Amino acid sequence: MAKRIDIKDLNLFYGSFHAVDGVTLAVPPRNVTAFIGPSGCGKSTVLRSLNRMHEVIPGARAEGQVLLDGEDIYSAAVDPVSVRRTIGMVFQRPNPFPTMSIRDNVVAGLRLAGVRDRKRLDEVAERALRGANLWAEVKDRLGKPGGGLSGGQQQRLCIARAIAVQPDVLLMDEPCSALDPISTLAIEDLIGELKKDYTIVIVTHNMQQAARVSDQTAFFNLAGVGQPGKLIEVDDTEKIFSNPSTKATEDYISGRFG
Amino acid sequence: MSDRSSLRRPATTATSGGPRGGGVTDDEQFAEAPIPSPPSQSAAKHGRLGDRVFAGFATGAGVFMVVLIAAIGIFLLIQAIPPLADNKASFLFSRTWNADPADLNFGVLDLLLVTVFSSVFALVIAMPVSLGIALFLTQYAPRRAARPLAYLVDLLAAVPSIIYGLWGLEVLAPALSGFSVWLNENLGWIPIFADGNVSAQIGQTIFVAGIVLAVMLLPIITAVSREVFDRTPTPHLEGAIALGATKWEVIRTTVLPFGRPGYISASMLGLGRALGETIALLIILSTTTQFFGWSLFDGGDTIASKIARASAEFNDPKAAGAYVAAGLVLFALTFVVNAAARAIVAGHKEYE
Repeated sequence: MAKRIDIKDLNLFYGSFHAVDGVTLAVPPRNVTAFIGPSGCGKSTVLRSLNRMHEVIPGARAEGQVLLDGEDIYSAAVDPVSVRRTIGMVFQRPNPFPTMSIRDNVVAGLRLAGVRDRKRLDEVAERALRGANLWAEVKDRLGKPGGGLSGGQQQRLCIARAIAVQPDVLLMDEPCSALDPISTLAIEDLIGELKKDYTIVIVTHNMQQAARVSDQTAFFNLAGVGQPGKLIEVDDTEKIFSNPSTKATEDYISGRFG
Repeated sequence: MSDRSSLRRPATTATSGGPRGGGVTDDEQFAEAPIPSPPSQSAAKHGRLGDRVFAGFATGAGVFMVVLIAAIGIFLLIQAIPPLADNKASFLFSRTWNADPADLNFGVLDLLLVTVFSSVFALVIAMPVSLGIALFLTQYAPRRAARPLAYLVDLLAAVPSIIYGLWGLEVLAPALSGFSVWLNENLGWIPIFADGNVSAQIGQTIFVAGIVLAVMLLPIITAVSREVFDRTPTPHLEGAIALGATKWEVIRTTVLPFGRPGYISASMLGLGRALGETIALLIILSTTTQFFGWSLFDGGDTIASKIARASAEFNDPKAAGAYVAAGLVLFALTFVVNAAARAIVAGHKEYE
């Protein structure tokens, strides 16, 4: 649990388009790393490459290394399916499985891993829902469809689904961008609690959010349309937001562009 | 004209800010121009007239369709009532069919059973195969191959049913002869493979007819299912993939649940088609004087093939009316199947 990630000279492509150029970055365990940057800078692409979701898009490919506690998830011997089972992901829009009940949504990952024991599944469902601060709200309607919850509850359901399998890393792709401020606050509080157990990487467009939830911030930028995105700088969140080393970062966080 | 003037314009408006500023002055100039009358008034009048004409046309077409269906229904009923009144047998429960106007003694039950039995058999074969084709085309086949393959499947729907009938009789029946006999000899203790009332070896049986029907259903069920499977929302797919689902698990957890109502209604649509299919069955099925006995190796007639077979002899209105009555039963049956399909789709709305 809670492994570290070392990205080494990672280049990402969509077909012939070079989307991300040479990212090298270390994500320490039990820590929240935020990716910020203007639209199109490749921060979501980098995030999706960390659990090999990037290559799901036809024509997309990755070059370079992503080491999970020293093991390259892109080495030829590694099955992408098993990578995704140990690296959880939460998406921009809540995406519970609409035909499944709340409980079945939470334990979907375990079911995929072959767990059939009802008692064990019930225990895990409760633990994950408590972990996602959703248990109190849904404990009386675990058999109801997950689609019946509010947007914020659905997103916490998705977080519960991701942590139910006790992943090594939790990736979050703008998890609050479709939510209202109160739900956003609930998710941010949750991130603060989850980092005790998990390594978390979060992409956000909201710089205040990055400042609030993360320990380390990576700023991505692109030279222009059609140019690949690059990692400009990565540092402690406090330093990035108070005294960044590059002019571009300062311009971005002070709202001068992006 | 105004475009050209706006080309000259920016020289003077450049300081007031970019293309948007240019656009405003352009509009002003257009309004001040004397020749074109203010467009809003005439356009509105024109639009209102066009609106009325089109609304009238659309409403008329809609009403016409309802009237047409009602007229057909009433006409059929009027035709069917006199022979039904003179019928000596129970129309719904008798299994004999004698439409001699001097001695009307006809019941639809045997025809109905053959119709439903052959259609359901065809559906049992066509449903899994169509599901496989649709999943292959949407999930497994490379994009470049999927499109031509889909066209090929759609092409099956364009083959006239008489061609299917000829193919069934001349090609499929002899080809399946050995298999039919083998099924009959080895699995004959299962009622549907028991001895039928026509020769399993010659193959003018419900077994062969059902397989031909199944081939005819494939493009219908596949086309609709493919559309539905293709529309599985990407977030659901990605949710499953990110949990570490394999290809098959992604299909099982997202594509199939999402597409199920569409697949079922596609199958019902196919069933409706099978129930009404006429000429292929007319060619393949051997007539028999014996009743249908729940075997795939029975011959006989479906409602539609019976009507078609007798169509040359519709010289007496009462005899023709007996067949019209049978046709009404078929109409009611397909109506029920379609209603069921709609109900199934409506019942699954919450998942979309």
